[in-house]
Amino acid sequence: MRRVAFLVWKELIELKEDPRLFAIVIVAPIVQLVMLGYAATTDVRNVPVVIADADRSSASRDLIARFSASRNFSVVGVVASPDDVDPYLVRGRAWMALAIPPQFGERLARHEPQALQIVADGSDASSINIALGYATNLLAGYAEDVWVGGAGEAGGAGRAGGPGGIEARVRVWFNPRLESRDFMLPGILALLLLAITTNLSSMGIVREREVGTLEQLNVTPLRRWELILGKLLPYAMVGMIDVCLVLSVAVFWFQVPLRGSVTLLFALTAVYLLTTLGLGLFVSTISSTQQQAMMTSLFFFLMPMIFLSGFIFPIENMPAIIQPVTYLLPLRYFLVILRSIFLKGVGLETLWPQALALTLWGVAILTLAIARSSKRTA
Amino acid sequence: MFAVARKEFRQIARDTRTLLILLFFPAFVLLLFGYALNFDIRHVKLAVDDRDRSAESRSLISAFVNSGYFDLVAEVDDAATTRLMDRDQVRAVLVIPRGFSRALQTGRPAAVQVLLNGDNANTATTVMGYAVTIIRGESAKYAAPAAGPPLISVEPRIWYNPELRSALFLVPGLIAYIAMITAVVSTALSIVREKERGTLEQVRMAPLDAASFVVGKTIPYFVVSLVSSLGIVIVSMLLFGMPMRGSWLVLLLALSLFLVGALGLGLLISSIAETQQVAFQVALLVSFLPTFMLSGFVFPIASMPRALQLVTFAVPARYFLVALRAIVLKGAGLGVYWIDLAALSAFAIVVLALASVRLQRQWV
Repeated sequence: MRRVAFLVWKELIELKEDPRLFAIVIVAPIVQLVMLGYAATTDVRNVPVVIADADRSSASRDLIARFSASRNFSVVGVVASPDDVDPYLVRGRAWMALAIPPQFGERLARHEPQALQIVADGSDASSINIALGYATNLLAGYAEDVWVGGAGEAGGAGRAGGPGGIEARVRVWFNPRLESRDFMLPGILALLLLAITTNLSSMGIVREREVGTLEQLNVTPLRRWELILGKLLPYAMVGMIDVCLVLSVAVFWFQVPLRGSVTLLFALTAVYLLTTLGLGLFVSTISSTQQQAMMTSLFFFLMPMIFLSGFIFPIENMPAIIQPVTYLLPLRYFLVILRSIFLKGVGLETLWPQALALTLWGVAILTLAIARSSKRTA
Repeated sequence: MFAVARKEFRQIARDTRTLLILLFFPAFVLLLFGYALNFDIRHVKLAVDDRDRSAESRSLISAFVNSGYFDLVAEVDDAATTRLMDRDQVRAVLVIPRGFSRALQTGRPAAVQVLLNGDNANTATTVMGYAVTIIRGESAKYAAPAAGPPLISVEPRIWYNPELRSALFLVPGLIAYIAMITAVVSTALSIVREKERGTLEQVRMAPLDAASFVVGKTIPYFVVSLVSSLGIVIVSMLLFGMPMRGSWLVLLLALSLFLVGALGLGLLISSIAETQQVAFQVALLVSFLPTFMLSGFVFPIASMPRALQLVTFAVPARYFLVALRAIVLKGAGLGVYWIDLAALSAFAIVVLALASVRLQRQWV
């Protein structure tokens, strides 16, 4: 064990000697988490809208004012004729255009039903769907207010028809304010950890091979597992420091609710680090140059994980052929664990299948890597 | 300069694994992800807690099932609800209270409860929309019509992507992402590797200035990444039905500018880093997540806080995405996105110049 401790010491010194790497590994995750945390909101706000007002009455101005006042929209332009909206849409300066027809105000005063046309840019399908919903609700609220004489708040959304109908009472669990950030931040945390620790362990060993110092370590009386343990332990320590820093940012800065047990969170994060470091080690055994190690870990591991783990794109939306592939990704399990501990506050009694899968994954990849490395370097 | 390019070409060709990955892997990745990614939410797992067990409650349940959006997976009671929700075995629970049918028959309002798993806010919002629409439709069977026809109705017309397929939105983003990563990765180690091995010293002795060295390094990777990017563009058109409404020539121009910028970024990283490990780490940090999250690929830039919107101006994929979507989806002319192309050129020039300056300083 003392020999392992020496090796750990040697690695830590090397890490300290490379101040840039040290800074990147410690500072970058925090900066990234803060920036991405703000970016990662699928909530659609400030939808840029252009309004073609062919009526220019007090009613149409009133409607425009409603759009301006809404947090969901920002009115980027008011033009006189529907033909003038095209440049806005083509350039992407506005996502949707609302056309108010002539005599809108008069017909509204006579309570005559009329249809307003909305032209929307469908290239961002999911956002525009939400934006159309906002617009429909806003117009419904406006119409209702006109009907009852201008009093009352807009609220046509939740109600369903006249008396006697069925009322839907929606209750949202785990994330009642529907804050997408609370869902995204744990995911970013997991990805940052993955990127940093996999890189450390994969490049760290290939570098020694490229430079030739691995040979030297091989002739020392160190045993294989001691060598690997000594290599991985310092990286695991760095990883744990990162976990603490990044978790604090998520909890104290972004106020993501942490409802479950912190101990469990740390224990399972340690298991996750085992898998990411093991993955890096495995990559290093199948690569002969650092460039190969970089490509292999990026294309074969990091990219699939970002897209297929359920980080943003829900796994249940994927086609049935792809879904089995996602079981191969450790991140898939860790994401469920993280999000459940954060948002649902559940414990091991619910999460044991994921925890088990993650542990098996880690043990398997480490065993594989150790077996391969002894064949290669012996 | 061409000597450098030729040497670099030969070096790439020797490392067949790297070359194969660079050339073909992007298309493969696109294939896999293009199928996997979509925001179109179907088959929401639904559990029903029917405490009324009447014809009316069954009719409401079948309205959910027949909508095509929900899959009924379980009938539950109170205790089971929590267990299923905790384990993600269901996403939504419809609770129909006792007395539901009696209320409807006597013309009193009846409330049903919908419980949603809100962890993924985006999905939850959509599912909520589905549920409210279905219940409203069912409600219309029983309710006296509301006061008169609606005063204002909406006639939406959707341009460019009338069926609102999220694939048409995501595939261009995927193209930009994969091209960016491939380009940055291919050059990020190129200079620092020579530094570590000491061969940079030899180059320094040769009659060659830093700028032509940098350009010479870029050319071969440019060729490789252009080929692979065109590959992914073609795959997206053939397999994912991405339209091509604009001109190929402009697309090629935009793609080239973007790739040169991305390669330049890789070279800049490579000229700053002292070890390959640092270079890889920096390359990851500047491209892996930011290109994904700050480019408008999935998260609309307009919804981000103002300060962060400024940061996105430094992400080249942002400009490329605007141009790419405008070219392929909207068929817009050069007049619309020339400013984005100009920004891409500016980015490329700045990073290449910085890399040269940086290298020059190390040489002296």
